[in-house]
Amino acid sequence: MTELDAGLVGEQIAESGQIAEPTGRGEIGRARRRKEDARLLTGHTRWTDNLQQPGMLQVMFLRSPMAHARITRVDVSAARDLPGVLAAFSGQDFADEQGSLPCAWPVSEDIVIPDHPPMAVSEVRYVGEAVACVVATDRYRAADALEAIEVDYEPLPAVMDMHDALTPDSPKVHESGNKAFSTTITSGDVEAAFRDAPVVIDRTYIQQRLIPSAMEPRAVLASTDGDTFTLWSSTQIPHVLRVMLAVTTGIPEHRLRVIAPDVGGGFGSKLQVTAEEVLCLLLTRRLGRPVKWSESRTEGNLTVHHGRDQIQHIRLAAEADGRIRGLRVELLADMGAYLMLVTPGVPMLGASMFNAIYKMDAYEFACTGVFTTKMPTDAYRGAGRPEATYAIERVMDELAAELGIDPLEARRRNWIRHDEFPYTTISGLTYDSGNYEAATDRAMALFGYDKLRAEQADRRDRGDPVQLGIGVSTYTEMCGLAPSRLLGMANYGAGGWEHGSVRMLPTGKVEVITGTSPHGQGHVTSWSQIAADALGVPFDDITVLHGDTAVAHKGMDTYGSRSLVIGGVAVLKACEKVKDKARKLAAHLLECSPDDLEFEAGAFKVRGTGASRTIQELAFAAFTAHDLPEGVEARLDSDATFDPDNYSFPHGTHLCAVEVDTETGMVKIRSYVAVDDVGKVVNPLIVEGQVHGGIAQGVAQALFEEAVYDADGNLLTATMADYLLPSAADLPAFTTDRTETPSTGNPLGVKGVGEAGTIASTPAVVNAVVDALRPRGVRDVQMPCTPERVWRAVQGTRGGVRS
Amino acid sequence: MIPARFDYLRAGSLEEACQALASDEDAKVLAGGQSLLPLLRLRLSYPTTLVDIGRLPGLSGVEDRGDHVHIGAMTTHDEVMRSPVVTAACPLVAMATATVADPAVRHRGTFGGSLAHGDPAGDLPAVVLALDGVFVARSARGERDIPAAEFFVDYLESSLRPGEILAGVRIPKLGEGWGYHYEKFHRTAQAWAIVGVAAAVKRSNGAIQEARVGLTNMGSTPLRARAVEAALRGVEVGEQVRPACEAAAEGTSPPADLHAQPDYRRHLAKVLTYRAIGKAAGAP
Repeated sequence: MTELDAGLVGEQIAESGQIAEPTGRGEIGRARRRKEDARLLTGHTRWTDNLQQPGMLQVMFLRSPMAHARITRVDVSAARDLPGVLAAFSGQDFADEQGSLPCAWPVSEDIVIPDHPPMAVSEVRYVGEAVACVVATDRYRAADALEAIEVDYEPLPAVMDMHDALTPDSPKVHESGNKAFSTTITSGDVEAAFRDAPVVIDRTYIQQRLIPSAMEPRAVLASTDGDTFTLWSSTQIPHVLRVMLAVTTGIPEHRLRVIAPDVGGGFGSKLQVTAEEVLCLLLTRRLGRPVKWSESRTEGNLTVHHGRDQIQHIRLAAEADGRIRGLRVELLADMGAYLMLVTPGVPMLGASMFNAIYKMDAYEFACTGVFTTKMPTDAYRGAGRPEATYAIERVMDELAAELGIDPLEARRRNWIRHDEFPYTTISGLTYDSGNYEAATDRAMALFGYDKLRAEQADRRDRGDPVQLGIGVSTYTEMCGLAPSRLLGMANYGAGGWEHGSVRMLPTGKVEVITGTSPHGQGHVTSWSQIAADALGVPFDDITVLHGDTAVAHKGMDTYGSRSLVIGGVAVLKACEKVKDKARKLAAHLLECSPDDLEFEAGAFKVRGTGASRTIQELAFAAFTAHDLPEGVEARLDSDATFDPDNYSFPHGTHLCAVEVDTETGMVKIRSYVAVDDVGKVVNPLIVEGQVHGGIAQGVAQALFEEAVYDADGNLLTATMADYLLPSAADLPAFTTDRTETPSTGNPLGVKGVGEAGTIASTPAVVNAVVDALRPRGVRDVQMPCTPERVWRAVQGTRGGVRS
Repeated sequence: MIPARFDYLRAGSLEEACQALASDEDAKVLAGGQSLLPLLRLRLSYPTTLVDIGRLPGLSGVEDRGDHVHIGAMTTHDEVMRSPVVTAACPLVAMATATVADPAVRHRGTFGGSLAHGDPAGDLPAVVLALDGVFVARSARGERDIPAAEFFVDYLESSLRPGEILAGVRIPKLGEGWGYHYEKFHRTAQAWAIVGVAAAVKRSNGAIQEARVGLTNMGSTPLRARAVEAALRGVEVGEQVRPACEAAAEGTSPPADLHAQPDYRRHLAKVLTYRAIGKAAGAP
């Protein structure tokens, strides 16, 4: 496949007129087709499961069929005796060396972080928890051997419901009880805000549990030469993983190399230190041979950390004209059975975002983390911010309904005006820039807002069985995770800086090394665009290296829409250092003062003369080192770390029109408009892709996806037939556009785009569904808004909430 | 993800395949594999031997045989839905087949395999039932015809006997004046039907002369909505159709699962039957 073929889709989008390609020579802002794609699309990929090592063995884990039980006996001897099986182990066999899986975010003083053995030793606390493993010459033999392992369980009661779990007589998930932590944040006089408030909206929303469902299931390969260890993993966080594995296993950090080869998506699910990573490392240490584990989709649904799962009690006090006085949020957040890497931090990432784009006098946020006998929850695209945005945007629609005003008018009366930036919100964050009016005006125009409202009125008048609903979401989010100083204040276990390096090769080509770890985002392309502009070298002369701790030796990896905002800026800063060095060398060679040089189109020119040296000539001069000035090293290579002072705050207005078939409950998205402000854009094609994928994922929460456990703790949605992911066939064409208010927090003016679509879209869709049915007395439909739930809401029975 | 151990036989002749199936009741026929392989991979099924009939001659293809259309059991869904004979003579089969899963599945999965699997949530069983198709079973003892009404016995269970292989299905041509529609209600394009309704309606002079209604996923087997069929006879196309369709859930015992409870399925059966009849009657 030629580059042209591989980039055909991109080319079509770029030529479709939806993306305005800036004129001029600059790379930043160009809808460059992705450098990654020809290789990925033609199967020249290095997924972890594709990798082979001489003498490699296959690992499989036996997983608990019980949600909660004491393990009274594990007998692996019959498995060991089977042909092709080299070893079989129980949790007890690793009890002394497996340690506890780490939680890096103790969010409160009262937090309880229970011991979390990678392989259960004495008790299991969710269905799918590993209790034993086999190591065999191939996966077929390993799978058969699992059936030969005998485990005796003494059942303990499952703990499934958060409210029940917090009652005094509830069975306990851990001896310490079912409360993981509790925390309260207050700003302003909340009591006063609610006292005698003319309008109070009081609602409870359920954030259902979701399964992240990355395209590539997880896989781990570990090997050792007896001295050093190498771990390949389908992970978002090779650098964080290396540190945490060294701490957990005792393998010294300098003798452990972690590689994230091609990684097929993560959405936060691969921001984790998993049991399987730890155990593969321990198995290769014990057996002296390379071992690989690859999960099945069902295994993944059971044991990849889940997302969301909150019960949100939200109360809003307002004046009679709709101006918000105060907001009270009480969350119950389902931790699942253990606290994993950032499990307790996820609801806290939403703590400052319920107030969203709105001005108010008082705010209170309280959160209780609850243990249940389910798979732990952790980061999933948006992590805390989609939940917060959903609750406030749903409540803003309820406020509008209460007052009988248009939902956009309710927002207009409360949002921060564009001339009020920078603005410090009631929760203490300072939003650097934004223009909610501009994004909303643009979205309304693209949507045909007034016309759709007219059609809605007409259908209501006619009693059309298919009703039209219009949903609004004027979201913002906090991303670019994160300023190290602020992470420290939040008691997070690490910093949030990012590292970038630039190597100027003798032939004038460039290697950029980044500490971010792309798994589908296109960093290789975007970072090339940044470096091309900064250094004045051609886009095609740049390669980007990443994802291997031996190559990219420093990094904080990829999550939280941080890569461009922090990692991209680090690359830019490293390029600036290269130019500083090159300037000194050029001045020496051109026999002038560095101040007499101007840098343009990749060359230093002496002002007023024709004399110049290109950056490539200077790279070669540094390489030969025949004539270097005093104190200048024989290289232009440079590196930089960047640590922002503040988060970034993308925002936008999403509008969704749905047709609700009141006879069947089926919801069909009629049109969807997204106008996002993600600041300056490096690659519009990649931004477009992120927005499309993000909206799809948010729509999926609104209409399709839900991880369902039964009362005994069995996951009923263990396959793709039961856990419904929408495909392109189930989604409408999205109309997208952008407004642009550059971030003031970084020199690129960028804000991040990885999570925006997901955060914005869920409330837009549900608001539309409820809007369609509001004249029939419906004021909520629990997510996902399945046909059955919508139908029951229309019938006035369980599934919907009526006023 | 990894099936348990099984033996594999690529049958060289129909006799060999029938012999293998007759001698081992835990052997299973492998056709397109689109239903069977997931069961094996999830270790929900542990057959001793898979008898692959993929290379047997004479089991594939569509033939116009005058008063009926014969569809070979190994004909893929994709071939069925694109067959000019099927689209002309029994368009309801083509309509329903086009909604089966996704293109990848339709290129592998077979007409006969889907029917022999006997999943009441599958789209084709209700269609063949509504059209009074005849299943042709072959065994060492010869050929046996099984009317559709007797073919589906229970959930994932047909009246094929040990040693019998489904060779094909005869779909009677209904002739002039009939209209058809398959109304599938599902949450995503690739999902199974929550409820499906296969309708064939013969109109004359603005009234329904005869209607055939098959129901997908309303019981442990595909079902005929006989009460609706009776109620529709002679009814003028128009407002009288809806009350007749109120009988759609009579005699059904729909399952409860993640996507729908029985009362909702019963409700859907009525609404979807009305819609299917309307669309079928609108296109005589």
